[in-house]
Amino acid sequence: MHRFALHRVWDTRGEAEKMTALLTPRNVLLAVLLAFLALLPVYSTLTGNYFLMSLFTRILILAMAAVSLNLIMGFGGMVSFGHAAYLGIGGYAVGILAKEGINSAFVQWPVALLASGLFALGVGALCLRTRGVYFIMITLAFAQMVYYVAIGLDRYGGDDGLTIHKRSQFFDSVNLSNRAFFYYLCFALLLLAVYVVWRLVNSRFGMVIQGARSNERRMRAIGFPVFRYKLVCFVISGVMCGLAGILLANHTDFISPALMFWTRSGDLMVMAVLGGMGTVFGPVIGSIAFLLLEEGLSQFTEFQGIILGPMLLAVALYARGGIDGILMGLRRG
Amino acid sequence: MADALLTIEGLIKRFGGVVASDNVLLDVARGELHAIIGPNGAGKTTLIGQLAGEIVPDAGRIHFGGRDITALPVHDRSLLGLGRTFQITSLFANFTALENVALAVQAHAGHSFRFWQDARKEAELREPARAALDRAGLSHRADTSVAGMSHGEHRQLELAMALATRPQMLLLDEPMAGLGPDESSRMVKTLRGLKRDLTILLIEHDMGAVFALADRITVLVYGRIIASGDPASIRANAEVRQAYLGEQEAVAHV
Amino acid sequence: MLYLIEQCLNGIQLGMLLFLLAAGLTLIFGIMDLVNLAHGSLYMIGAYFAATFAAVTGSFVLGAILALVATLVVGMALEVIAIRRLYGRDHLDHVLGTFGLLLFFNELVRLIWGPAGMTLPLPSEMLTAVQVLPGVYYPAYRLVIIVATLVVALLLYVLVMRTRVGMLIRAGASNREMVGALGVNVKLLYTLVFGLGAALAGFAGLMQAPILTVQIGMGENILILAFVVIIIGGIGSIRGAFVAAIIVGLIDTMGRAFLPDLVRQFVSYSAGSSLGPSLSSMIIYMLMAAVLVFRPEGLFPASSK
Repeated sequence: MHRFALHRVWDTRGEAEKMTALLTPRNVLLAVLLAFLALLPVYSTLTGNYFLMSLFTRILILAMAAVSLNLIMGFGGMVSFGHAAYLGIGGYAVGILAKEGINSAFVQWPVALLASGLFALGVGALCLRTRGVYFIMITLAFAQMVYYVAIGLDRYGGDDGLTIHKRSQFFDSVNLSNRAFFYYLCFALLLLAVYVVWRLVNSRFGMVIQGARSNERRMRAIGFPVFRYKLVCFVISGVMCGLAGILLANHTDFISPALMFWTRSGDLMVMAVLGGMGTVFGPVIGSIAFLLLEEGLSQFTEFQGIILGPMLLAVALYARGGIDGILMGLRRG
Repeated sequence: MADALLTIEGLIKRFGGVVASDNVLLDVARGELHAIIGPNGAGKTTLIGQLAGEIVPDAGRIHFGGRDITALPVHDRSLLGLGRTFQITSLFANFTALENVALAVQAHAGHSFRFWQDARKEAELREPARAALDRAGLSHRADTSVAGMSHGEHRQLELAMALATRPQMLLLDEPMAGLGPDESSRMVKTLRGLKRDLTILLIEHDMGAVFALADRITVLVYGRIIASGDPASIRANAEVRQAYLGEQEAVAHV
Repeated sequence: MLYLIEQCLNGIQLGMLLFLLAAGLTLIFGIMDLVNLAHGSLYMIGAYFAATFAAVTGSFVLGAILALVATLVVGMALEVIAIRRLYGRDHLDHVLGTFGLLLFFNELVRLIWGPAGMTLPLPSEMLTAVQVLPGVYYPAYRLVIIVATLVVALLLYVLVMRTRVGMLIRAGASNREMVGALGVNVKLLYTLVFGLGAALAGFAGLMQAPILTVQIGMGENILILAFVVIIIGGIGSIRGAFVAAIIVGLIDTMGRAFLPDLVRQFVSYSAGSSLGPSLSSMIIYMLMAAVLVFRPEGLFPASSK
């Protein structure tokens, strides 16, 4: 029952009871994690260890993508295997506009979000007519289409990708090239994304989405036109992932088709599942764990996949609750 | 019939070579409890499926409240006031009883493109949900999760959800399925209480319940209606006795 | 005109390759209800085996046969060790688990064969071009691929439709319990089917090895195309996979060959050059979208196979 535990924490109980209820291993871990993330730039600036800050900027951005995927996959039961496409669309919108000399974030960002949303609308309208394994394969195929389209864009680097010479411009006082500032921007937007997902899944809309995952047939029988709610949810998720794409392009100052190769979609899925699907913070924990593991393994061996691969299989077989499920298991004792 | 709420005209449905609905003609009057009985494989559940909109008939028309609903999708039929329950319990397994019913209330409380307020705290959803649980005799289990409930309670919850959609008419697909004698008699009592306000189409194998509740009974065999009338005339009908009741008695006597 | 015929043959050859992959995927999905992302890895392994065995034995044909057997064995071992545990679970588990296997195989291959790719030289008699029509020459080896795959397709058809094993396969697809009740060893049947799928993928890989560079990740792009094939053909249908594979092979090849020129007729040359490749790579996905709109279950839904 770990899936719904997070909002239960905020139920109406006595104050003292509330306090002990808050002291779950999960919440303690979360608090430590948030404190760590909040203080990391301070540490980096003091010690000059900018690699760590850059690594975590990337983690925060991909965590946002995983959070967006979790909205449809964990809560809505829509297993999208094409989420990297939205990273790419968001990123390419920024890159292409920058290449054409339009650097204003007030143009770049809305265009990028709109493009992500429209693509999600099209893909969603097609694949939500089907179920199960069709859904997985179709989202995968359309994401691969975007990948090939990007390869075909000779003007924008084709296969080799495109360097972005200037980051998105807001006002003069807002400078995305400042590493600490950019880190905090990503952190704030990630927290915002988590908060939005939390409000969404507990709202009437979220009840429909969760109900559809649980029992779509019954949803229709009690009078819900399920398709349009799922489609809207799919689009919201796509737009949110597009935002992550915008940030990623600004972070790396570079975009290339590799950004949305299908195995990247697989990575996002792993991040969402590893943390614990269907909990709002799970994907954040999963992203940190997965990317640190990847990074850490690459220090010891160049053959990370030898360890990572069987580990994924083990998670699929034995630990589908992810890290969150393990923490909840600790609580139960 | 002057005041028919549901009219079925010449409904035909074939699955391969099997005729599941063979020119079914039926009127259900407003306020009536109409039972459909028949041996296994008679096409009862197929009929409910077509009325609810999950199965598309090959031919024929369905009118509900004076409106042709033959081509309407499932959710629109529910919104018009045609509620249903499922033969095999069909609930939201990871929700509590109250959340299950509140979702049914929500389906009929305008659109659900409301993204921000916590739905679990909305009195507008919770109060009617509690009332529906109460009518189905489950109010004491409101905050229990579905996983923690007994089969009998699942059947009651199944009914409560259908009631929460405030239907004019209920399609009940074997509400007694799998219930013990005590639970069955409680369900009969519950249904008798509903009878006054609702039109009900009941599919049921429990003949005691059927004859205790029904105003009219229709007998379906191999997708065809072989008799329709009040309980006394069905009990007296020779063809029915042979085709159905007789078969059951024969089984009972073996 | 000559160019058109040549491109046609190229399209058919791509279609044949896609069929070999799609047939295994769709067979495994239809019978074990398993989504296998590691299918492309078996294709890659087949190619690596072929390159290695051909180098060791000094014979292309012998190398190919050994590679085929080796891929079959790897496939069956994989089924027994890992895949078997995924049956009956939901598709997300399949995706995660087999994605993990894909990462594993990529690294394993890198560990064994090193990061650089390999080449598999063709025997000299296959390097010639054959005159297929008056004035139309086509590489002999590519014709060999087409003919060999047609033979495999025919064998597959005979196996599934005419033999006892095939009957069990078809029965397994529609009714697991019944096959089990007949006293058939379902476990063994599943291992064999997975091995067959692996061998088909390996066959595709080894046939392709002389044309492409044998390298890590070579199965990943082609796998998605194979998915497109089975979506268009209808999941679980071998006949659908065959027809859809040829359609996709032809359209993709033709699109890449002719669409850029076509686009240039309507827009300026430079815009055409950059738009053309993008557009032509979209065609098959557009085809897939169209199929989904009009026939969501694919051209040959499995229920009617």
